[in-house]
Amino acid sequence: MSQFLQVFLSGLATGAVYALVAIGFTLVWQAAQTVNFAQGEFVMVPAFFVLIGMHWLGLSFWVALLFGFAVSIVVLGLLFKKLIVEPILPHGGITLIIATMALGILLKESAKEFYGAEAQPFPAMFPGDQIDVFGAAVSLRDLLNLVISLGIVILLTLFLNRTRTGRCMQATAQNPGVAEILGVDVKRMVLYTFLINAALAALASFLITPVYLAKFSNGETLGLIAFIAAIVGGFNQIRGALVGGLLIGVLDNLTATYVTAQYRAALPLVLLIVIILVRPQGIMGTSEGRAV
Amino acid sequence: MTRSHRYRSLLLAVSIAVPAALGTAQAADTVKLGLVAELSGAGAPAGTNWRDGAKLAVAEVNAAGGILGKKVEMPEYDTQTDPQVSRALVQKAIDEGVIAIIGTVYSGSTMVNMLVAKQNSIPQFVGSEAPAIVEKGNPFVYRTSSGAQKGVPALTPYFKDTLKAKKVGVAWVNNEFGKGGRNVFIAEMKKAGIDVVVDAASEQAQTDYAADVAKIKSANPDAVFVYMNQEESARFLIEAKKQALPMPLVGEVTLTEAKVIELAGNAADGAIAHVGVTATATEVPGIAAFAKSFEDTFKRKPTHDAIKGYVGVWATKYVTDKVGKVDGEAFAKTMHGLCLKAADHPKILLDTCWDDRGEMSRPSFMVQVKGGSPVVIGTVPAN
Repeated sequence: MSQFLQVFLSGLATGAVYALVAIGFTLVWQAAQTVNFAQGEFVMVPAFFVLIGMHWLGLSFWVALLFGFAVSIVVLGLLFKKLIVEPILPHGGITLIIATMALGILLKESAKEFYGAEAQPFPAMFPGDQIDVFGAAVSLRDLLNLVISLGIVILLTLFLNRTRTGRCMQATAQNPGVAEILGVDVKRMVLYTFLINAALAALASFLITPVYLAKFSNGETLGLIAFIAAIVGGFNQIRGALVGGLLIGVLDNLTATYVTAQYRAALPLVLLIVIILVRPQGIMGTSEGRAV
Repeated sequence: MTRSHRYRSLLLAVSIAVPAALGTAQAADTVKLGLVAELSGAGAPAGTNWRDGAKLAVAEVNAAGGILGKKVEMPEYDTQTDPQVSRALVQKAIDEGVIAIIGTVYSGSTMVNMLVAKQNSIPQFVGSEAPAIVEKGNPFVYRTSSGAQKGVPALTPYFKDTLKAKKVGVAWVNNEFGKGGRNVFIAEMKKAGIDVVVDAASEQAQTDYAADVAKIKSANPDAVFVYMNQEESARFLIEAKKQALPMPLVGEVTLTEAKVIELAGNAADGAIAHVGVTATATEVPGIAAFAKSFEDTFKRKPTHDAIKGYVGVWATKYVTDKVGKVDGEAFAKTMHGLCLKAADHPKILLDTCWDDRGEMSRPSFMVQVKGGSPVVIGTVPAN
């Protein structure tokens, strides 16, 4: 029982971070009707901004976190939208998807060139003390990661549903033309979406990197798992991304413990195939029609 | 032919012949060693240290007169930790005229690329430790540290007599290196009458070890043998600390390496490993001098991979000078059964022998991480 609980809670903590990344896919999809294939690299890069703050600028860890967060929002939110999304989007979604793939490669190779191919240690935000939960030694860090990730998702959902700005963002996502007629500043709402995505990616980076270690290639796995989590949960629903992320985190750990460790990497793909066959809109998603 | 034509032809001939002659003269004055290593990808921590150790050795060899009196050059080839790329690069290095291959470190790559060096009768010093490498009858491949089939058995007395373990677990990375060590360890435990109660395989570049550690914790062995590459070792140690894994974690070589300690931080404290050679064994004069020189040059502490790269280049020099000419076949004959005494060949660091398969024997060490640094807690005689 204690082993199950240990593995389950650990899976939830990792899954919650996957969910943060998956929500980014959902937000960008809603804002620009495109898939950001550099999303994994968006999670890899902020950790390096923090390391630059600590090792090059001599900042303390917490100040470096703020520095990394701010730089991430500017680079991965503002500049991403202004320099890549805005000029390329008029040429079509596919062109933008290819551009994000290229951006992912650029970010990965830049991190490698600038900081080296070796993994780097990354300090944790919380102490690694254990607490006893029904006989399972659960890491306080895991629990706090879980609480923070879930808290962010709840706050984001409340923001989108209960505030005027949030509802304007949703209106923009659903139909930008009508939203504009109704007086919504569509460009501003889209910008907000990209800034939120960058903030979520930075947060996910700060939570996951102490375990993953800071490495240029981290985005490959994270991006793929989060993409699958978003599809499994429902690409057009934030709560879907949350469910998808948690589900993959928990199932991955349970499979590795009770079924097979060797094929654990295949699990998200198996899940993806099953969902596409059984419920193509995802567990929490809604069907979308599109005129062609 | 007009006078102007003759003049132009002469000019053309001179412009081709002079650089060619200069090139030949330059080629005759230098020998090339091909450094083929994991300079990026999952094996970068090992490969870059291997390279830097080798670079330091090349600088020292050149200062000592080179190989056969010729200056040594060492072009670098990055395998990206991809076995197929490594195979192509060994061929490229040979095509470019190297007299020996220095690398690779990852066993999966060495298993693939050593056939190319063998076909061309080119000596190859490798940092790989999978047992199978010296069991293929390849006379041109030589280790720079003992293989798992020599290193892992050196741990048996530690599990049996020091830890008095009755049941053990094994956590290993599912690649050529990990499989080799795991198989030898399980066979050794069987011989020693110790039960292996949990056998946890993980994948190369795996990031999440929660399930693996939970499985081990649940099986409750007296000690765990951890056999993974550097980054995987660090992630395992971090997770082991997170889940408060109570039993001793014992590894072979990588578990107590400087890079693992840097990545795992205080989670590495208490980890124990058998290492063929360690820069912390500063009571050995050659190792102390090497460690100082490496730190002065690269501003970081050397790992055992750096020492292996260093030994590989120096062994190439000693043996080529002994043979007296660049001749792969004669080099192979000399290597088999060769023993180099540190007293006569100080840069080999410890008395070292190679058997007729290229396997290496030399004294080794037990180390434990204490306060963030590996400390030698015992020596193991050559086996």
